[in-house]
Amino acid sequence: MGVMAVYALLPLFWLVVNSTKTQTSLFSSFGLWFSGDFALWDNIVGTLTYNDGEFLRWLANTVLYVVVGAGGATFLATLAGYGLAKFDFPGKRGVFAVVLGAVAIPGTALAVPTFLMFSQMGLTNTPWSVIIPSLISPFGLYLVWIYALESVPTEVLEAARMDGAGEFRTFFTISLRMLAPGFITVLLFTVVATWNNYFLPLIMLSQSTWYPLTVGLNSWNAQATTAGGEAIYNLVITGSLLTIVPIVGAFLFLQRFWQSGLSAGSVK
Amino acid sequence: MKNNHRFRRAAGAALAASLLMGGLAACSGSGTTANAGAEGASAEDIAKALDTETTLTVWGWAPQLEPIVEAFEAKYPKVHVNLENVGTGNAHYTKLQNAVKAGSGAPDVAQIEYNALPQFALSDSLVNLKDFGAEELKDNYTASTWGSVNLNGGVYALPQDSGPMAMFYRADVFEKHGISVPTTWDEYVAAGKAIHAADPKAYITNDTGDAGFTTSMIWQAGGKPYTVDGNTNVSIDLQDEGAKKWTGTWNQLLKDDLVAPITSWSDEWYKGLSDGSIATLIIGAWMPANLESGAEAASGKWRVAPMPTYETGAAATAENGGGGDAVMKQSKNKAAAYGFLQFANGPEGSKIHAANGGFPSTTADLESDSFLNAENAYFGGQKINEVLVQASKDVVPGWSYLPFQTYANSIYSDTVGQAYGSKGDLNDGLKAWQDATAKYGQQQGFTVTTK
Repeated sequence: MGVMAVYALLPLFWLVVNSTKTQTSLFSSFGLWFSGDFALWDNIVGTLTYNDGEFLRWLANTVLYVVVGAGGATFLATLAGYGLAKFDFPGKRGVFAVVLGAVAIPGTALAVPTFLMFSQMGLTNTPWSVIIPSLISPFGLYLVWIYALESVPTEVLEAARMDGAGEFRTFFTISLRMLAPGFITVLLFTVVATWNNYFLPLIMLSQSTWYPLTVGLNSWNAQATTAGGEAIYNLVITGSLLTIVPIVGAFLFLQRFWQSGLSAGSVK
Repeated sequence: MKNNHRFRRAAGAALAASLLMGGLAACSGSGTTANAGAEGASAEDIAKALDTETTLTVWGWAPQLEPIVEAFEAKYPKVHVNLENVGTGNAHYTKLQNAVKAGSGAPDVAQIEYNALPQFALSDSLVNLKDFGAEELKDNYTASTWGSVNLNGGVYALPQDSGPMAMFYRADVFEKHGISVPTTWDEYVAAGKAIHAADPKAYITNDTGDAGFTTSMIWQAGGKPYTVDGNTNVSIDLQDEGAKKWTGTWNQLLKDDLVAPITSWSDEWYKGLSDGSIATLIIGAWMPANLESGAEAASGKWRVAPMPTYETGAAATAENGGGGDAVMKQSKNKAAAYGFLQFANGPEGSKIHAANGGFPSTTADLESDSFLNAENAYFGGQKINEVLVQASKDVVPGWSYLPFQTYANSIYSDTVGQAYGSKGDLNDGLKAWQDATAKYGQQQGFTVTTK
């Protein structure tokens, strides 16, 4: 347990410690303790202003991709998963097979074919090329599907229908609440996945103005590995720290909604 | 940071996989658009193109490109240049290959390193600059860089930077332990032993296996493992005399753990360069700028000497890195694009390039007194360019890279890298590398012979 805690927390500790160092003291001091001038504030200012503040631009891009991409993916997955769990229609087994198959294919493998397709449509190097593929979350769909089977009692839906509620009204006013822990979980997964998405935007985008933080920070990191390039590891490290702050915040915030058992006792 | 590196490695593997797919397309598409001569332009056409409202897209990561583009736009205000940094090295080539495969989305001008140039040139993705009269520029560039852009009878890029190799060393470390600076590889191995014995934390150099370094070292040893005949006939021999000379030296260092197990360009590496635990670097002449910005704390302690040789007094070196700018076949403004190349890689651009820390490939700059006599404060006032310019003249001629070198380099760690991990014989690793590379080449439609 202790070993696990160290393994999990040490990189974070390293990140915090080293984001307080200047570029010079970064390479001349022990990595796991503070040393030299306390430069955290300077580093944060440097990160936010380097190259005309492109970090802020990347942050805004990432937020856009997360809100539209992860939000949209969660919405679609919830709708589809619920529909598949609660309605019968021909071809359901086929859909089941396709969704399960899609869960097994890593997004990275699809990136290049997707690029070629988007290139034909003229969508590469636009935000759409990152957002549209992010909207699809087979794993999220599957999770909601399974969750809906268990947590939304068919009896409750039948009762709603008897009372004259339409299917959409039933979905938004009754089922969605019962599904909350399920789709919050999906939202967490898609938010983290989109926030950390690297390969897809790397393939799709060529203009740094549309980069998300991951690709942007990597381009800063790569700067130190080119002939004549300026090494700015202190900004890369501070940027990485700033990048994980919102995702930690999102996790803590969403956890509040992570209560289950809402529908417990609704049917006896 | 650690995570970041691991992350990059994983991404690199994925990139290699997609390069593989891109390479396939490059081959199947070759030969369909070849109509040399039709795309050329005269000097007047180029001048006219530079005086017409145009937007050029340039892909490159070199930090020197930015000031060059600014100066170009100031001189030719009607041409607007979109400089895009789509990634460094493999990331850049993957994107370029994807755009070539997709048939659209490629820039007008792309920065391409010498080792990746054959891949794009021989797959017919680049304009043969001979059609624009580039052949006349031959005498402006060093023999080795001009040889690198001359492939199969065409000129596919204009050289920008070059990286003749030299030995960068920590004068203070050698002095402290009373060890003399090596001039031959035997002395280098001996110095490696002495340094590590005097200070267990110090190493003569670092190396965890790097394809570019390996090929450069074989180049210096006189090896010619890759030969390309026509567009499709390739032969690979990583067991020739040169390759064996190098492994003979390097095996000794690896066997006795005399090389720091630190990957170049990592933060640990910069740390080692700063604190003296890495005592020498055998690397390209572009290194000074990186030392100045990455190992600021070691200012005044580094010096430059010629690369050690196999025989006493026989000067020999190789190119390490460096590249040029090419015009893509997909470009719709080829004349203006070539005009940009003439500026960026000609006298005006190369001055800006050198002023921003690049090492030139142009003979005029290399031979200018101001360049040769510049005293570098970081190197304790040493006139380092005297050593580096001499290195550019001592490059062993006749080297060539594979038409699928970027792929070959991407699988280096799975083959030769194993020998590093297990401290085995590098020759076994080179054989495995040769086999895997040959297999890939055959899949790509090349006729590959191995020895």
